[in-house]
Amino acid sequence: MAPLFKAKSAPPRGESFVWLTAMGLAVGVTMVAGLLLLIFTHGISVFWPSRVTEFELKDGQGRIAGEITRTQMKADGATELQLHVGNKDAYGLGYRFVAQSAIISESMPEDIMVAERIEYGNAIFHPVLLVMKQGGTLVATAPEFENKLRLLVEEAKQRHKSIEKIEKSEIGKINGKMSALDLDLRILDRDEKLDTAARETKKQSIKESRAALQKQYETLAAQAKELSAQLKDNTLHYRLSSGEERTQAIGDIVKVYYPNRLSFTDRLGLFFKNIAAFLSQDPREANTEGGIFPAIFGTFVMTLMMSVLVTPFGVIAAIYLREYARQGFIVRAVRISVNNLAGVPSIVFGVFGLGFFVYFVGSEIDKHFFSNSLPTPTFGTGGIFWASLTLALLTLPVIIVATEEALVAVPRGIREAALAAGASKWQMIQRVVLPSAMPGILTGVVLAMARGAGEVAPLMLVGVVKLAPSLPLDTLAPFVHLDRKFMHLGFHIFDLGFQSPDSDAAKPMVFATALLLIVLVVLMNLTAILLRNHLRKKYAIGTF
Amino acid sequence: MPRKAMTDETSSKSVTGAQELNPQMIEVRDFSFWYGAKQAIFNISMEIPERKVTAFIGPSGCGKSTLLRNLNRMNDLVEGVRHEGDILLDGQSLYDPSVEVISLRKRVGMVFQKSNPFPKSIYENVVFSLRVAGRNKKSTLDEVVETSLRSVALWEEVKDRLHESAYGLSGGQMQRLCIARAIANRPQILLMDEPCSALDPIATLKIEELMSQLKEEFTIVIVTHNMQQARRIADDTGFFLLGKLIELAPTTYIFQNPQRIETERYISGQMG
Repeated sequence: MAPLFKAKSAPPRGESFVWLTAMGLAVGVTMVAGLLLLIFTHGISVFWPSRVTEFELKDGQGRIAGEITRTQMKADGATELQLHVGNKDAYGLGYRFVAQSAIISESMPEDIMVAERIEYGNAIFHPVLLVMKQGGTLVATAPEFENKLRLLVEEAKQRHKSIEKIEKSEIGKINGKMSALDLDLRILDRDEKLDTAARETKKQSIKESRAALQKQYETLAAQAKELSAQLKDNTLHYRLSSGEERTQAIGDIVKVYYPNRLSFTDRLGLFFKNIAAFLSQDPREANTEGGIFPAIFGTFVMTLMMSVLVTPFGVIAAIYLREYARQGFIVRAVRISVNNLAGVPSIVFGVFGLGFFVYFVGSEIDKHFFSNSLPTPTFGTGGIFWASLTLALLTLPVIIVATEEALVAVPRGIREAALAAGASKWQMIQRVVLPSAMPGILTGVVLAMARGAGEVAPLMLVGVVKLAPSLPLDTLAPFVHLDRKFMHLGFHIFDLGFQSPDSDAAKPMVFATALLLIVLVVLMNLTAILLRNHLRKKYAIGTF
Repeated sequence: MPRKAMTDETSSKSVTGAQELNPQMIEVRDFSFWYGAKQAIFNISMEIPERKVTAFIGPSGCGKSTLLRNLNRMNDLVEGVRHEGDILLDGQSLYDPSVEVISLRKRVGMVFQKSNPFPKSIYENVVFSLRVAGRNKKSTLDEVVETSLRSVALWEEVKDRLHESAYGLSGGQMQRLCIARAIANRPQILLMDEPCSALDPIATLKIEELMSQLKEEFTIVIVTHNMQQARRIADDTGFFLLGKLIELAPTTYIFQNPQRIETERYISGQMG
C-alpha cells in the first residue's frame, strides 16, 4: 500500500500547469463571452416590440400603462417595477417606478396602442377618435379605423420626405450659391485694384442674382411651410390610462401598432423593421430616438481613410528599417521608440492632432487656399481628415511592427535566389519579399483597424461631434468633404450614456450602439482577414 | 557507379594541361577571406576551366561554400566581411570598382542547397531573371520558359500547370525548377552549392544527368559533400581543408592518386 500512497501524494509534475493555463484561458473567454452576451441581449431587446401592461394602483393613484423594463428589489425587501410609460409630453418622464405592493390589478388591454412620434418619444394610449380635415371622423372601435390611421401615417411620412427634399437638397443648393455670392462680394470689397464705379456695377450684378436666388428660396420655403401645415390636418384623439384626453397631429407620428394584438410573426416583422430603421435613419430627440446611420457611416469612412493613410507609410518605414538601414544603435533606438509609441495614451495623440494638424497645418491651409471664407475656418477646425490622420499616427506603430515581423520571416533563401538572379535590392524587395510578407502586413492592418475603430478619446478633440447635419460624402460637389465634422459610434455611446438628459431612455440605445460598433469592427476585420487568406493561398499553393 | 570513363588523355593531364582545351574561365589569385575576425579562406589560388564541371569537396567549414559564394559576390550581403587577393572572371577582376554586381550575377547563376522557388507561378519563377532585366516580351519569355524547363527535363511534367504556384511541386522538381531559373538568362557560369543534399537518390540522379548535359554550355562549379557524386560528375575536383585548397586535379587523378596525405585520408574515409 505504501508505494500507492506515495504516488498519490506526489504532485503530478507539469500537469498542474495545464490546469493553470487552461484556467487562464477559461477566465478570459468567459469574461469576453459574458460581455458580448450582455451587450447582445440588451442591445437586441431594444428592437423587440414588447407588450404593454395596464395597472390599477392603490390610494387613488389611478391607472397607469407601460412596458415592464425591469424588476428590482429595494433595500427594505419590497419589489418595484420599472415601467416605460412613454407620453413624456403628459407625464414629464418616460419611465416610472411602481411598487409591487401598490398594485391592485393588472391587465393587457387589447385596444391599447403605441405610437412612435417625432417628438416626445412614444405615446401609449387608448385611441378614441380620428378627426380628418375633410370633415370626417372615425371612432377607434370602427373596423376600418386601424387601416385608415396607417394610411394617414404613411401619407404624412411621404410629406416629410418631400419637405426634407426641399429643405435639404433644393434650399441647400440655393444656400450654397448664395454663400458663394457673398464670398464674391467680400472679395470685391477687398480688391483694391478696382475703381469705385467698376466695383459698384459688379456689386450690383451680384446683388441682382442674389435677389433672384432669394426669391427662389422664398417660394421653396413657402412650399415647405405649406407642406408642414398640412401635417397638422388630421388629428388623433386619445385617452391616457390616467384618464387624461389628448390630441396628436398625425403628421408627427412615425408608426403605430397595437402591442397586445400582435402575433409572433407580426412582432418578428416589426423587430426587423425596427432594426432596419435604426441602421438607416438619422437620430432624433438628442440622439435618444431614431437611428444612427450618420454614426455608422462616419465610423466606417474614418476607419477606411485611416487604413488607407497609415498602411503605405507604415510599410515604407518598416522596409527602410528592416531592409536598408544599417542595423546599429540608431536603428535599435528608433525601433524601441516606435514600440513605445504604441503605448502612448491615445488622448496624447488627440492633443497632438489638435495642436499640429488642426491649429497649425489646418490654419495654414485656410490662409493659403480658403482665405476668402476666413474668419470661418475650413480646415482650421476638427474634421474627418484630421481625425483619420490622427488615428493613422496612432496606429502607425502597429503597422510598422507587424510589417517588420513579416519581412524578417521571409526566408533568406528566396532573397538570395532573387539577388543571384540579377535582381537589384529594390527589385528583390518589390517582387519577392513584399509579396511573401503581404499576409503578415495585412494582419497588421487588421490590428490597426481594430484599434482605430475603437478609439474615442482623440477623436473628441479633432472632429467628432454629437450631431453632424451632413455626411462627409454626398451628392454636392466636390462630393468628398474632408473638412466636415462627423459622427462616430464610439463617441455616440459616450454621448448617449453619459451626456444624455434622459439616461433611462438612452440606455437601450447605448447597448444597441455598442452592439453595432462591435459588429462593424468585426465585419471590417473579417474583410481584411478574408483578403489575407486569399493572398496566402495565392502566394502559397493556389493559382495565379 | 562510375560515370563514363575519362579518356586517358584528360586523366593524365594536369590542370594546366586542361587549360589548353578549355581556357581558364575563373582565376582565383592569393585569395583570403574573413567573416569579421574569423578567417575562412587562406590564400587560395586556383583556375577553373570553361565548360567543365569542377567540384569542391572537403569537410564542413573548410571554406568551399565561402569560396563558391564569392564567385558571384553573394558574400557581399554578409556584414563585416573582407577579403585580400583577387578573383578574375575572363581576366577581369570581380572586385574592380567598375564591376556592377548585378551584371556580374547575370553572368554567374547560382543554385542553392535548399530549393528556394519564389512565391510565384512556375512560369514567373523561370522568367524572373529576365523580368528584372527589363525583358518582358511575351514571345521571348514563353520561349525561354520552354527551353529552360526542357533543359532540366521538367517541361513534360509541368507544361500544363505553368501558371500554378511553384510550391505545388515535389522537392526534386523544385530544385530542377531552381536550376531552370538559374540558366534562364544564359549565364556563363553556374554555381551549385550542394544542390542534391536535400534530395532522394532518384532526384539526385536526374540532376546529375542534367549537369553532364549542361556542361556543354555552362561552366559548372559544384560544392558537394558526397564524394561519389564528385566522382560521377566532376571533371576536376578540388579538396579543401580548414580554409586551404589542399589539392586540385582531374577527378580520376585525385581519387586514384592523391598527391597529399590529407586528401587520401579524407577520400578513404579516415577523416571528415
